[in-house]
Amino acid sequence: MTQRTQSLTNWTVRGLTALSGLCVVVFTIAFAILLGYAAWPAFSSFGLHFLTNEAWNPVTDTFGALSSIYGTIISAAIALVLSFPVSIGIGFCLSEIMPRRLVLPIRSLIELLAGIPSLVYGLWGMYVLAPCFQTTLQPFLIKHLGHFAFIGQIFSGPPYGVGLLTAGIVLAIMILPFLTAIVVDLFQSVPRLMKESAYALGMTPWEVTRSISLPYIKQEIFSGAFLALGRALGETMAVTFVVGNAHRISTSLLAPATTISASIANEFNEATSDMHTSSLIALGFILLVSTFLALVISKCMAARAVKGRPA
Amino acid sequence: MRSFIKRAAAVLASAVLLCCLHANATEEISGAGATFPYPVYAKWAEAYKQQTGIGLNYQSIGSGGGIKQIKANTVTFGASDKPLTTDELKDGDLIQWPMIIGGVVPVINVKGIAPGQMVLDGQTLADIYLGEAKYWDDPSIVKINPKLKLPHQPIVQVYRSDGSGTNFLFTYYLTSVNSKFGQKVGANASVQWPAGIGAKGNEGVAGMTMHTDGAIGYVEYAYAVQNKLSFVQMVNKAGKTVRPETATFEAAVANADWAKAPGYYLILTNQPGDKSWPITGASFILMHTKPVDAKASKEALDFFAWAYQNGNDAAKALDYVPLPASVVAQVKDSWKQIDLK
Amino acid sequence: MNKNLLRIRKAKNAIATAIALTSVGLGVAILMVILYEIVTQGIAYITADTLTKTTPPPGGTGGLANSIVGSLIMVVMAMLIAIPTGVMGGVYLSEYQRRTRWGSVIRFCNDTLLSTPSICVGIFAYEMMVKPMHGFSGYAGAVALAMIAVPVILRTSESFLILVPDSLREAAAALGATKEQITLSIGFRAARSGILTGLLIALSRIMGETAPLLFTALNNQFWSLNLSHPMANLPSTIYQLAMSPYEEWHKLAWAGALLITSFVLGINLLSRYMNSYSQRAEK
Repeated sequence: MTQRTQSLTNWTVRGLTALSGLCVVVFTIAFAILLGYAAWPAFSSFGLHFLTNEAWNPVTDTFGALSSIYGTIISAAIALVLSFPVSIGIGFCLSEIMPRRLVLPIRSLIELLAGIPSLVYGLWGMYVLAPCFQTTLQPFLIKHLGHFAFIGQIFSGPPYGVGLLTAGIVLAIMILPFLTAIVVDLFQSVPRLMKESAYALGMTPWEVTRSISLPYIKQEIFSGAFLALGRALGETMAVTFVVGNAHRISTSLLAPATTISASIANEFNEATSDMHTSSLIALGFILLVSTFLALVISKCMAARAVKGRPA
Repeated sequence: MRSFIKRAAAVLASAVLLCCLHANATEEISGAGATFPYPVYAKWAEAYKQQTGIGLNYQSIGSGGGIKQIKANTVTFGASDKPLTTDELKDGDLIQWPMIIGGVVPVINVKGIAPGQMVLDGQTLADIYLGEAKYWDDPSIVKINPKLKLPHQPIVQVYRSDGSGTNFLFTYYLTSVNSKFGQKVGANASVQWPAGIGAKGNEGVAGMTMHTDGAIGYVEYAYAVQNKLSFVQMVNKAGKTVRPETATFEAAVANADWAKAPGYYLILTNQPGDKSWPITGASFILMHTKPVDAKASKEALDFFAWAYQNGNDAAKALDYVPLPASVVAQVKDSWKQIDLK
Repeated sequence: MNKNLLRIRKAKNAIATAIALTSVGLGVAILMVILYEIVTQGIAYITADTLTKTTPPPGGTGGLANSIVGSLIMVVMAMLIAIPTGVMGGVYLSEYQRRTRWGSVIRFCNDTLLSTPSICVGIFAYEMMVKPMHGFSGYAGAVALAMIAVPVILRTSESFLILVPDSLREAAAALGATKEQITLSIGFRAARSGILTGLLIALSRIMGETAPLLFTALNNQFWSLNLSHPMANLPSTIYQLAMSPYEEWHKLAWAGALLITSFVLGINLLSRYMNSYSQRAEK
């Protein structure tokens, strides 16, 4: 190879790779700008009211994001509340209790299941879980909790099968493998030395976990939880099947509701007016911003965790 | 390893290229819109493909979608059960015509009630969808159905969550018979429902009604028949109880005067006549008068001409009502407005 | 006293262990139930018809062949776009911008894209391609999928390239190799299996993506090999079939779900196998 052709390849490699890097940045910025631009008609005509208005009325062409935001937050919260403790439990179990022979298969299994497409979870939720809930869990909740003062409000109304609670549960099942994979990794990142000295002092496995492992990885676990939250917020297909698609805010968790992503999936192709389309894109923009915030918070926590750790 | 990957990539790349080359040879008409006529369009498309080799890809994304996509020029034709007004047509350089007529039928899923056993009137139906009649043994329902044994079970209203012409026909009808419904909800392809759960498309509503106990929904008749859903009889404007069937749809169409309706803007709900089915409607086709791709538009028109001529049997088999011959002649005449150069 | 305390501690431990074991049982059981349901519901309908016929008309019978082929074409297209972009981006970050500010900007943008909800990618691709090009198309679908695959590939490529020991690079440099030669012949070779794993992960991820295709590729009832037209794809078809009222269609939807799941899990397994294989080889 002559020097000339060599420097030519050098520059091509350099240029091409730099171009790819640039592409990523350009696309990210273009993404935000294009969505913001397309959402502008809705934001400019409804203003901040867009965020606080519950109405989603194509007849009068007034749109508000509140019902979708409410559904998104509540379903994601249910998902996190249900799956977080389970993932911690699994993490504890795999790191301290289970014999090594079992750890790897269970871990691989859970990681494998993280790959199942969300569409499949939705399909299962609609055909298996929702009908089952309509005849068992929901009538039970309504019958036994429905008459209490505050909790009753949360579990009232007819058993629809689909609804906010069902969506939250399907989401919980869906993010469980994702969250568990993170948590299990974190548990294994705890230095052996620390744990072994604790055991040497006569601590039980639970005490080691509670006072050594968990404090050590606390911040990273929360960082992981925020990553999972970002996923739950933006999840579309698993939710669309089972949330009920109703632009309403009701106190009952059994009532049908909608989420941002479900509204978009349902209405984007068939929106009737330009304002309707623009409002849907505005919803998408809000979703983009909130998942971005979840990412930033998660990153900040992870960074702080690394910084505060003795080297 | 690396050479294997290279080879695999090369094979795949050439396969994709081949596909692209091959693809340009096949012809296809692209359309999207109403789910209401989807069964019959799909049947026509199948037959047309067999006869001519030209495929019609019709995606039933809802009437709102049909209107939106034709305006955005993403399809060759749009389909909608909600006619556009002449102003809207002019704004978008569009032309519309009716293609097929059918009926919207309320369907229920209540244990122990056979198809056609339940009778409802517009007032009660609107009350149900307003969430005011909450249980199946609501006095207003019992009053019309004195002989039925109705359970004390919550009513689950199922509605269309997407923009749809079926929605339009249904809400237009409910608005015309129940003023409160008009005030609270209104008539449109997509409205804000005060109660119930949303499902996507006629397919979705039928599906959701089928697997939700105590549900009521509304679908195009073909969907009700194909899925053996428990349909409801309706009390029409003349005060008579009618079954949903071709004869009652035809009766509703009989007194329509298409010639006098500019842009065929005609809504067939709540028509007078003893035998008229109250929620009858036409499904419209929308096309650009100055199409981007004239060849594609020509192909689409050929398909529609073929459908008018050869599609009536398939339509009747699915319980749609074909357009009267006189109207077809008018429609074909109006196609001259499309610039095919 | 002391004995009592010990007993309490042991009891606490036992309770925690019991709860933890339950959660493992619960988690594994639920996921196995789902897997079981998909397999049992779907397996009966994976027939010759399902694999050779096109999307059925309403209420009729048919298969998933056109959707499978459409999906494959779009996924291949997407990977053809995403592989070079992602891998080269990874190279750029690991070899040229490892600790620079520009590098962290790119890394941050990439992470943002990685966490972006796929439905937003769908809107973006609609606004960017479908609207200006006046038509739903396979191209738009492929680009949307590529946008999901690129960040995955970039990230894994970078992290595996960084793992390549600097001593290897330094040795090559001492022999007079240029930076580019080092990248191409040292970095790539050493990180090969890792990068490949990343590609497979990206592939399995976009294989099952539905949301970005709804507004871009739309769907097609027939054989659709023309990428400039609406294109059939498995996820959208499953969605459509599942939402329908027809019994026959539901069965097909389950069959499709089984196909897609086994495909995705198959690729995952393959990537795992490759990863462990290469690790063993290195040792």
